[in-house]
Amino acid sequence: MKGLKTFSRGGIHPHGRKNLTNKKEIVTADIPETLIVPMAQHLGAPAEVVVAAGDEIKEGMLIGKPAGFISAAVHSPVSGTVKEITDVYLANGMKSSAVVIEKEEGFIPAEKTKSDSWKSKTPQELIEIVKDSGVVGLGGATFPANVKYMVPKGEKAEYLIINAVECEPYLSADHRLMLEKASELIEGLRIISKMVEPEKVAIGIEINKPDAIEIMRKQAEAENFDLEVVPLKLKYPQGDEKQLIKAVTGREVPSGGLPIAVGCVVSNVGTVNAVYEAVALGKPLYERTVSVTGLGVKNPGNFLTRVGTPISSLLEACGGIIDNPAKVVVGGPMMGFSIYDLDTPVTKGTSGILILTDEESGSGSRTACLSCGRCVSVCPMGLNPTKMFKFVDHDDYDSAMQNNLMDCKECGCCAYACPANIPLVQGMRLGKKMARKKKVS
Amino acid sequence: MSEEMKLKISSSPQIHSPASTAKIMWIVVVSLIPAGVWGVYAFGPRSILVLAASILAAVASEYLMGLVFKKSTLADGSAVLTGLLIGYNMPAEVPIYIAVLASVFAIVIVKWTFGGLGTNWMNPALAGRVFVFFSWTGGMSRWSMPHMVPDTVSGASPLGFLKTNMMTFSGTSSGPMDFLAGQNYPVDSYMDLFIGRIPGCIGEVSALLLLIGGIFLIILKIVNWEIPVFYIGSFALLTWIFGGMGFGNGFFSGDILFHLFTGGLMLGALFMATDMVTSPITRKGMIIYAIGCGFLTFLIRFYGSFPEGVSLAIILMNIFVPLINRATQPVKFGNLPKEKKND
Repeated sequence: MKGLKTFSRGGIHPHGRKNLTNKKEIVTADIPETLIVPMAQHLGAPAEVVVAAGDEIKEGMLIGKPAGFISAAVHSPVSGTVKEITDVYLANGMKSSAVVIEKEEGFIPAEKTKSDSWKSKTPQELIEIVKDSGVVGLGGATFPANVKYMVPKGEKAEYLIINAVECEPYLSADHRLMLEKASELIEGLRIISKMVEPEKVAIGIEINKPDAIEIMRKQAEAENFDLEVVPLKLKYPQGDEKQLIKAVTGREVPSGGLPIAVGCVVSNVGTVNAVYEAVALGKPLYERTVSVTGLGVKNPGNFLTRVGTPISSLLEACGGIIDNPAKVVVGGPMMGFSIYDLDTPVTKGTSGILILTDEESGSGSRTACLSCGRCVSVCPMGLNPTKMFKFVDHDDYDSAMQNNLMDCKECGCCAYACPANIPLVQGMRLGKKMARKKKVS
Repeated sequence: MSEEMKLKISSSPQIHSPASTAKIMWIVVVSLIPAGVWGVYAFGPRSILVLAASILAAVASEYLMGLVFKKSTLADGSAVLTGLLIGYNMPAEVPIYIAVLASVFAIVIVKWTFGGLGTNWMNPALAGRVFVFFSWTGGMSRWSMPHMVPDTVSGASPLGFLKTNMMTFSGTSSGPMDFLAGQNYPVDSYMDLFIGRIPGCIGEVSALLLLIGGIFLIILKIVNWEIPVFYIGSFALLTWIFGGMGFGNGFFSGDILFHLFTGGLMLGALFMATDMVTSPITRKGMIIYAIGCGFLTFLIRFYGSFPEGVSLAIILMNIFVPLINRATQPVKFGNLPKEKKND
């Protein structure tokens, strides 16, 4: 389709497979008997545990307090008893301390009622509520939302851009959220607008979700909210902050800079819902929508899941999985992590759980680089992945850095497109890690 | 869920496009087949022998080099492709040992001394062809007429004939087609050139079938359209501007069609210059490289002592690829000139 907005450089069109779940209404998942709630669910310093084994706790109670400026609070997803404080491995391979909670018998989630009391609060008070509710970006980066909404002095937010692109294949949680909770989202936008004070509010939605584009337009009009719904051409990674800003405004966030440098604040549509729940319902963030999908799942669907729910328990809700899946992935297929332990808990950043078959994961054998240039032409950041990879491969991290290694955000376009099956993203990760290590020592 | 479920752990992305090195190589081989079938039909069963010899020699060399370097690379299809391209670049009457030596040189010297697939800096098939051309020029010039041409005087390719006879020609002629007709060279129309009813190398004569194969590769995005389009385009432009001067016609009178459909231009521009390993990686680089190929082909064909310029032009430009790559790095995101916040 002509005339639709998108970002200019690079990008790929992976197989969407969104039809596995995008017609499935969000279902509330059963709450398991035992929940494992990690303290490192967000970008920045892990939260500090404030409960001890044996403590009786209530749903929504603070169990981890922020341990720094860039950190986030963690709340109990259920009422029950703290069984132990232990260390667990998260989907991303990091170790984190976690509170293991035994659900109390006959636990029934509290009903939340909507209140308009927020309208009389100051922006600063609202930001405090967001902070105390442990709201983080639900698009995947899990950046603490209160930090994002605090526009630095001297800067002005021209645009508040809502990221409803959901460009990762398979996932449809954000899509369903728009279809089922449009009114709540508009309310959430009013709240965020009060904090950020933007001149304009826009929401970017790819055209593979025409029903969501329609419903958001109608809802905004019905509720008299000035929202620019921007239909976007289908292209991965449009849901990346920088690509979305480029697509909607034509501006490029400078290398190493934040969106506010070009007058933008970007927030995921799931985060908007979390802000709404935190501020209007008084409910901290301990529940989110998760797409459980992939050809290896018997009944794929979207589940409203409590943080700390082991993935195995969610899979049971889907009628189980096939006998020999190739990969279990937490997150989207392009940037998600493959895991080996199905008891890994769902966290605030878990947008999806994928059970992939061999056919989907595509396991080709690696050959030498052909210099075909596909990685270069698909890179949305205008980098030269093959060159950086060769430097990393030869332990020359300085040269890799000089070739803008730090601008790589590991979106995976290069490795996806590479016919030689070279693990380019893995190389970039290694390179960054080694370069940082070198800098420290 | 069984306890002993084996899960793969890998870095993201967790999915991969269907593209693979082997798939690319084999698809290129398939797209070359129609032109080869025409060559066999036109020049007779001996061409099968030449093709078989060059492919077998290439595969055997690859296998032996694989043993030396302890790599198993036959499945990637690159050796078959190199052998096939070498066969396509041979006249049907070439002595078999020349075809074999071209393949061995291409694989052993050009490809493997630098580490095998991906690391060679010159197109192996072209380097092999050029090597035997300069070593056994006589054997490499044993042209035969396609069997469908009635008077089967074995002579030269149209370009070779033109180059040799123009030197001693004292009459007047309006252009290459008129000149060939005047010398009783058996070419009646551009159609003969386009279809491939002319003497030449086995795989290069049918411009039509090469174009079909090339367009197929462009549609599949295996060949970047920039290279053939800018190569053929720049060559055609230069031919049009300066090509008529040899016939005393002044500027802007060159015979574009004659030069597009003769010699190895189609094979070179669509299948050899587009070799991924030896062409630049950015679009800008590809365009510079392709224009360079076009310019050099023009220069050699019109002002050099060889009738043909494609092979030499491409391998000369191969040498410049690292330099072109260095000069045409992509511009990174967020490096645009600062714009005013208010526009």
